[in-house]
Amino acid sequence: MIKSKPRAPKSLLESEALTTSRVLALVGCLGLVLAPHALHVPLWITLLAGLTMALRAGFAWRGYGLPGQWILALLAVAAAAGTWLSYGMLFGRDAAVALLILMLCLKLLELRSGRDAIAVVFLAYFAVVTNFLYSQTIPMGLYLLGCVWLITAYLIGMQRQAGPRTAFALLRHSAVLLAQATPVMLVLFFLFPRIQGPLWALPHSSASGITGLSDRMAPGSLSNLSLSDEVAFRVQFRGKAPETPKLYWRGPLMWDFDGRTWTVGEGSMGFRRDVQVAGAPLEYVVTLEPHYMRWMFGLDIPAVRPEDGLMTSDFELLSMRPVRTRLRYEMSSYLTYRVGASETPGILQRALRLPDGFNPRTRALAERLRGEATSSRALVERVLGMFREQPFFYTLAPPELGTHSVDEFLFEARRGFCEHFASSFTFLMRAAGVPARVVTGYQGGVLNPVGGYMIVRQSDAHAWAEVWLPEEGWVRVDPTAAVSPQRIESGVAAAVPAGDPLPLLARSDSAWLLRTRFALDTMTNGWNQWVLGYNHERQLIVMSRLTGHALTWKGVAALLVAGTALVVALLTIFTLRQNRIRPREPVTVLWNALSRKLARRDLARLDTEGPRDYVARLSAALPTHAGELQQIGELYMRLRYESAPAAADMAALKRAVDSLKVDRQGGGA
Amino acid sequence: MKIGSLTLGRPPRSEAAVSSDPIALTQNRIFIMPSRMGALYCLTLALMLLGSINYNLGLGFVLTFLLGGLGVVGMLHAWRNLAGVSVRPGRSEPVFAGEHARFRFTLHNPTEAPRFAIGMRRGNEHANFTNVPARDDGECFVELIATKRGWLAPGRVEVATSYPIGLFRAWSYVRFDQRTLVYPRPEAGNPPLPPAAATSGAGLSSAAGEDDFAGLRDYRPGDSLHRMAWKAIARREVPVVKEFSGGQGTADLWLDWSACPRDFDVEQRLARLSAWVVSASLQNLRYGIRLPHQTIAPDTGRAHRDLCLRTLALHGVHGS
Repeated sequence: MIKSKPRAPKSLLESEALTTSRVLALVGCLGLVLAPHALHVPLWITLLAGLTMALRAGFAWRGYGLPGQWILALLAVAAAAGTWLSYGMLFGRDAAVALLILMLCLKLLELRSGRDAIAVVFLAYFAVVTNFLYSQTIPMGLYLLGCVWLITAYLIGMQRQAGPRTAFALLRHSAVLLAQATPVMLVLFFLFPRIQGPLWALPHSSASGITGLSDRMAPGSLSNLSLSDEVAFRVQFRGKAPETPKLYWRGPLMWDFDGRTWTVGEGSMGFRRDVQVAGAPLEYVVTLEPHYMRWMFGLDIPAVRPEDGLMTSDFELLSMRPVRTRLRYEMSSYLTYRVGASETPGILQRALRLPDGFNPRTRALAERLRGEATSSRALVERVLGMFREQPFFYTLAPPELGTHSVDEFLFEARRGFCEHFASSFTFLMRAAGVPARVVTGYQGGVLNPVGGYMIVRQSDAHAWAEVWLPEEGWVRVDPTAAVSPQRIESGVAAAVPAGDPLPLLARSDSAWLLRTRFALDTMTNGWNQWVLGYNHERQLIVMSRLTGHALTWKGVAALLVAGTALVVALLTIFTLRQNRIRPREPVTVLWNALSRKLARRDLARLDTEGPRDYVARLSAALPTHAGELQQIGELYMRLRYESAPAAADMAALKRAVDSLKVDRQGGGA
Repeated sequence: MKIGSLTLGRPPRSEAAVSSDPIALTQNRIFIMPSRMGALYCLTLALMLLGSINYNLGLGFVLTFLLGGLGVVGMLHAWRNLAGVSVRPGRSEPVFAGEHARFRFTLHNPTEAPRFAIGMRRGNEHANFTNVPARDDGECFVELIATKRGWLAPGRVEVATSYPIGLFRAWSYVRFDQRTLVYPRPEAGNPPLPPAAATSGAGLSSAAGEDDFAGLRDYRPGDSLHRMAWKAIARREVPVVKEFSGGQGTADLWLDWSACPRDFDVEQRLARLSAWVVSASLQNLRYGIRLPHQTIAPDTGRAHRDLCLRTLALHGVHGS
């Protein structure tokens, strides 16, 4: 009869119950959050994490006990050792993520109480962020938002100690909470003062798998790039975009040739005097995808130096740091120009240098052409004519070339991609005594009619030559255009033979597919500009434009405080409105009005009092009003309890209650 | 609907008058603080923010701020979950000392929003939870171990919730003039009952048996319901009970204060008497008790047992 259960005082409202279904749900949530990491972590981590989760779920299902502390400690040490072996470190970005995944899974093996589960929930939120290190696309964002929705539903489920607990109710509640949190998120996202990272030195991320132009060009390097659909950069023109054949996005200049590979040399900084330009500059904004090199791209002769960037004396644009994040810069360019008419002899000398002992046949050809030509200009025309008239083919699948690559290409294979043409043309020019250099970059771009901007993809990568002519200075010559004018006018897809491999997106088969692609890319671009690329500068610009004042971070902080206060106040009102007591039926409202009216004579209705008793009490207390009160009582009871009360009674009750006059002092008191 | 009265960290208004009237947990009676889990959550968010800044993760900012918003919304909801609920005390059963006394409360929710996981507890003890559907009631209780006989009041009771996300805890206090009776803890080891005294002693109607109807007398508190003369009551409109006389062998059992060992102190005697009452009642005997200044005539039945135990519980207690 006498129970005395010893009960340790527990902290209020922290659930201790961890049922099988709760464990399974948590393992499921965590599995979904960690799944995208399988794309980049070593296989053994994926397998170990999967195994641990399966084990924990199995333990919960069968009701087995969990492994002891020392087993867990051993496993943790093994996991750290494995990470060290795989990554060579523990605290780099990738290694830390791998370690987090492993520790999170091991934590599952010591999941005993509700409090442990909540700790895992918070770690799962954190693990969601680690996914963004690897992908921040719209689909990934949506997927992880779904995960956050599930995790939050789980968190709510942990708090609901009593009552029904259907998954549907929890998910609905979670959706409501996240929807209400969204206004706060928007205010904070746009107004929280952004600090330009990084706060601590980023460990060198491997740029492997990143496609883009490199600092060297060998046969095959650009044709490989042409197979990639990835966006190199997007351009928003102020005004009309120029024609495609004029769109030469200059990238790294190649000066040095070792017989097979062209490499960039040291660019010199400084201003040139020998620049003449004509017309108004073309203005545009470039949003460059990260490519882990320093190049920035612009058309012909940039009129300005981009913010945070450098410009060499050869008009190459370089970022201060390797472009690791999406970079947005404003540019303007002159498309009509004359540059380098008085080039220094040193540079001209460099533009003539060739390695000895390579490509003897080409050298011989160059000697012959030099003898025949009357001027450098004529020589250029002669070689372009050769490309045009002889059977040269533009293809994405050129044959392999040997030691004397230029010889083999010019005299035997005659099938090549832009780098073959640019390389052999430049070689020929140098051999013939015309200073020349290779320029790599992109050519063309597709205008997205949905978003009104231009997309330049890796498949638009191109190489051409610049030759130095007396009086004219550096002049662009594109030998590929001589062989395949289509490439320059309509892009790679139109230029290569139908059998060649091509990236999917470079083919433009059906109109609706094209349109869908443009719509998708417009979305991606908006996402990049407003979500991923929204940084300190953009915040200041946008907020200054919105408010009409030039704001500093202090102004933004003030906006933040005001915005947050406003949103929280609105949310509070909204939340409290859910607590209101629904206005009752009109008859009840009138009945309460009567009670309120009589409250000033201390004759308010008691909670326990029925209408009959109340009217009797009132009549006794206020004999002068007894008649009116009796009538009110009758009307109320008819309206309240009859199955089909007359509408006229309602009006009568309202009149009667309204017209009842009870003074504060009253007759009888 | 007051908005500005969200009370952060300030103790609620003084618990003015102590009565049995329902107490409405109005917005300004509730206060709210982050829980320990809330602090851990903040730490997680801070780390996420640092990571997002360092690696320039646009979506990291989105998620961090969304979860920050979730915290704010969670705070408002915890507060809303408690606001507007009214608490009133319910019935509580007498218990023996050493048992858990249970104090019931009814939570009333007059609003359209259902309330979840509202817990009640005393001090730092374990809480019991209930849900309160919209425009409906929910039952909750607190238990405490009755340590000594007499009246027991639960004192100040905390009503709290951390629903929906557990990061904030909203709470308020209620205190009612609620009490329950604690009977003396029956002496352990089932002390044998004293021998039944056949002779009529000092007790009133000590010889009254159950065999022959002897007449009617006025109802006295503690009389068994079985012996109420219902027909006569209907006629006379005053409660009367049937009295019997005669009794062959079923003598009244007197549970006498002075029958306890001499060296017993007051509480030991009461424990002994309590054990006797329990065991006599279980055996359905007809018994009475004699205390130094109080005597309860022999009778049977549940009401008689309760009267006896109540008398023992309140022996020497002032203000009963």
